[in-house]
Amino acid sequence: MCDHTFVAITFGPCDSCTLNKPLMNIYLQNEPVNYCSLCVEMMACQGLTQGENLASLKAESEGLKLRLEEERAKLHDVELHQAAEKVEPLGQLVTKARRSLKGHGNKVLCTDWCRDKRRLVSSSQVTEHAVTMPCTWVMACAYAPSGCAIACGGLDNKCSVYPLSLDKNENLSAKKKSVAMHTNYLSACSFTNSDMQILTSSGDGTCALWDVESGQLLQSFHGHSADVLSLDLAPSETGNTFVSGGCDKKANVWDMRSGQNIQSFETHESDINSVKYYPSGDAFATGSDDATCRLYDLRADREVAIYSKESIIFGASSVDFSISGRLLFAGYNDYTINVWDVLKGTRVSILFGHENRVSTVRVSPDGTAFCSGSWDHTLRVRTGRYLSLSDTHTHTHTHTHSLT
Amino acid sequence: MSKHSKFQTALCSRPPRRSTITWAFLPLLHQAEVNASARRSTTSSSRHQSGSPPVGAHVHFEKTVKMTIKLIRDHGQHYRPRMACLKKVEALVIEMQDPKSGVKSFEQKRNATSIPHVIAGQDITAWITSHMTVDAQEAQALGTMLVAYGFIYPLQDPKTLILRPDGSLYRCQTPYFWPAQKWKAQDTDYAIYLAKRNIRKKGILDQYEQERYRKLHKWLNHKWDFIVNQAKEQTRAGKARMKSDRVVFSYQERAYWIVHRPPPQTHSAMDYGVDRLIDPNAEEEKNSYYYRRIIIFRQQAIMRSKVKSTVSLGALVKHTMTYQSHDPFLTPCLPSNPWQTDDDTYWALNMPDVDLPTKMTVERWSYGFYELLRDPRGRADFRLFLKKEFSGENLAFWEAAEELKWGAASAISEKAETIFKTFLAPGAPCWINIDGRTMGLTVKGLQHPHRHVLDAAQNHIFMLMKKDTFYRYLKSPVYKDIQKKAISPAPHNFTDAQLEQNARNRKPGLYPSVTWQRQQKEKVRTTTLIDIKKLMANKLDRQ
Repeated sequence: MCDHTFVAITFGPCDSCTLNKPLMNIYLQNEPVNYCSLCVEMMACQGLTQGENLASLKAESEGLKLRLEEERAKLHDVELHQAAEKVEPLGQLVTKARRSLKGHGNKVLCTDWCRDKRRLVSSSQVTEHAVTMPCTWVMACAYAPSGCAIACGGLDNKCSVYPLSLDKNENLSAKKKSVAMHTNYLSACSFTNSDMQILTSSGDGTCALWDVESGQLLQSFHGHSADVLSLDLAPSETGNTFVSGGCDKKANVWDMRSGQNIQSFETHESDINSVKYYPSGDAFATGSDDATCRLYDLRADREVAIYSKESIIFGASSVDFSISGRLLFAGYNDYTINVWDVLKGTRVSILFGHENRVSTVRVSPDGTAFCSGSWDHTLRVRTGRYLSLSDTHTHTHTHTHSLT
Repeated sequence: MSKHSKFQTALCSRPPRRSTITWAFLPLLHQAEVNASARRSTTSSSRHQSGSPPVGAHVHFEKTVKMTIKLIRDHGQHYRPRMACLKKVEALVIEMQDPKSGVKSFEQKRNATSIPHVIAGQDITAWITSHMTVDAQEAQALGTMLVAYGFIYPLQDPKTLILRPDGSLYRCQTPYFWPAQKWKAQDTDYAIYLAKRNIRKKGILDQYEQERYRKLHKWLNHKWDFIVNQAKEQTRAGKARMKSDRVVFSYQERAYWIVHRPPPQTHSAMDYGVDRLIDPNAEEEKNSYYYRRIIIFRQQAIMRSKVKSTVSLGALVKHTMTYQSHDPFLTPCLPSNPWQTDDDTYWALNMPDVDLPTKMTVERWSYGFYELLRDPRGRADFRLFLKKEFSGENLAFWEAAEELKWGAASAISEKAETIFKTFLAPGAPCWINIDGRTMGLTVKGLQHPHRHVLDAAQNHIFMLMKKDTFYRYLKSPVYKDIQKKAISPAPHNFTDAQLEQNARNRKPGLYPSVTWQRQQKEKVRTTTLIDIKKLMANKLDRQ
């Protein structure tokens, strides 16, 4: 469990304005203080005080950066593939496409599995799976944990919740409820542990937490300097953090209670299209436009693995882990899906079959299959099994692509 | 390569691609809106064609059109995404054209002209295979992407942008026509291109191209003189070239427009989805606010405790190895993967309200306390154990606090009050045992209840259960009993006929809302039981 906010005081009187508010723990002149978010912003916004100029501030920030790198280097004593030396390498993949869902008339943009492990919601360019939305691009969709509602949004800048009913003919648009309002397109949304709260990220550079019933904004998260493209909630037991990735090449980890940006990773060379937590919650993977996927360790506070190959040139649009965290499925803009061995850092297979960009890859909640949605209007559900190396010798025909 | 640069200099009569025309927005606008806004600005005019605005109203037209667009669709996002792949592909294509180590090229005679630097599909695939150490299929996929982006174009069948690994002929596109992140292919240029072809030979345009030409004629009507003049100029300049150069240039231009204005029923690889709000090429302004934010953040990062790589990476490896046997991609799930055999038994055995769980599930509960709590069946078993120990209040409090945290905002104060009365007030029926400081903080916070008011107490109780109760549970007869009773399903071994039968009998599962309602009823039943029991116990005590 990696939740640094575990023992911090997160609500109480602010040290500067003494009002009872959610608190951020920051350091002023190396002294720990608890400020509310407003006071932090005001402090950061104040102009140059006496004796300071832009150059001195820059020098100070560079100095801190060097110290940070030093500290990180001291703790960095082993690489991931070294730590995983004793792990048996994976053999060949035997995979098969089980379902090819062709209901969409247009590009599939986003999918989400229901917790019952067999249902999917998907959104597309013109219409969503069962509901027609009054905007052209529905880029985010999510299934509620109870399975009784779905949330979706896109170019309409809103996130709307549709309660699902057993009656197939009922007009779902009639019961729609607008929950989130951003000033620009909605790029991703996700329910938290219940149907009552939604976390959204938007092209306007912010993420926000909303109460579904009242539509009230509970917390907003500012810190990205460009569009935020995706987010993922931590699976840890205290469940108080989430990670977001954006066009400013940064992946930020946030505390949901105070809105504070706890950790930030900026090692990618281009936009981060997708972020996903490792099953234990101690690490997360990102897929980016620079054609690499990277693994970041939250406890060691650094990037620990890069999944890239010279022949992979086009950006990764979506990533997801298998249940054990051994495999990382990544969908790319060159119409393929690459499967990486997380521990060894090697690619174990490449899957073909889509005729346009793979826009979303999601593993089912019990890990039995994964679904890939693409701009070629189809969703493909695939299963597979990695034979151990000893099995591979007896298996004469091994394919690494899908069948329709 | 030298021939290509000659074209670049010769084509300075073309409008620069960085033309600042905002008319790129025009195709978004519905024709009726164009007419409506034009009508608003029209006075009387001599050259008035039906359906298109008069030239005299040009300036006003632009303003109203722009305003109309802003109101309808423009939320300020009009920057193209970064497209980091383009630079890498450019480097690759340059390598391909290297005379010594690149793909071998030859001259091809075609219709009495000789086309230089032609490459065959199979040579491209072979070169990629050897150069990047990949297998043939991947090489072909990569090659197809190069064609789809327009870096290589086919000579035969130019509208199908795939790489055929046979003798099909291709050429590398000239850098002038490479796709660029900064500049979008403009409608004006497209109109000029279509006009050129139309002028050269009437009827050469395809059906869809004629459609588009007509639409452009309407939208760009006010610039039409300019467009036609440009087309004529370029044709004239082209005539001064050698025939083979002219032919090559026409192929290049055609390939460019097939990529950027794909024929119907095909897609363009340059289609990137939605525009971005922030310009990826702009530098963030580095003012004092920018630096101060970084300083605050880095100070906090330095002070935060970090862990050695051996410890954290070791934990990651251990987690993966522990769960390896539970990953259907690595170990076959028993009895069989429902997606593979169309047999639902695996899902039925793992339902949250199942009577007897499988051995795998029971083993998983022992991996960590949260694993046990997360699985509804595991939580039920744990609750059973706590009931035997008469310490069910801890779990009940934790669950109630979870519900408060994740519940609706309007219900917070009501829930907080119930929780206080049930768990925290002195003499409460399910009083939980937490240390004085936490109790004090919590009670004080409950005066103004908010979502996270119970966090401290909840964490305390969670840690208590995790460090003490959980391990006792694992050693208890309740757990050992369920371990013994747990099912170990045998793997299915379906014949092909049976598999077909299964596929035919596929049914959708229960609606999630039905299962949810069932779970809610069950929850109400168990919680009321606890309360009644405690109340009875209290009553008996007092008596």
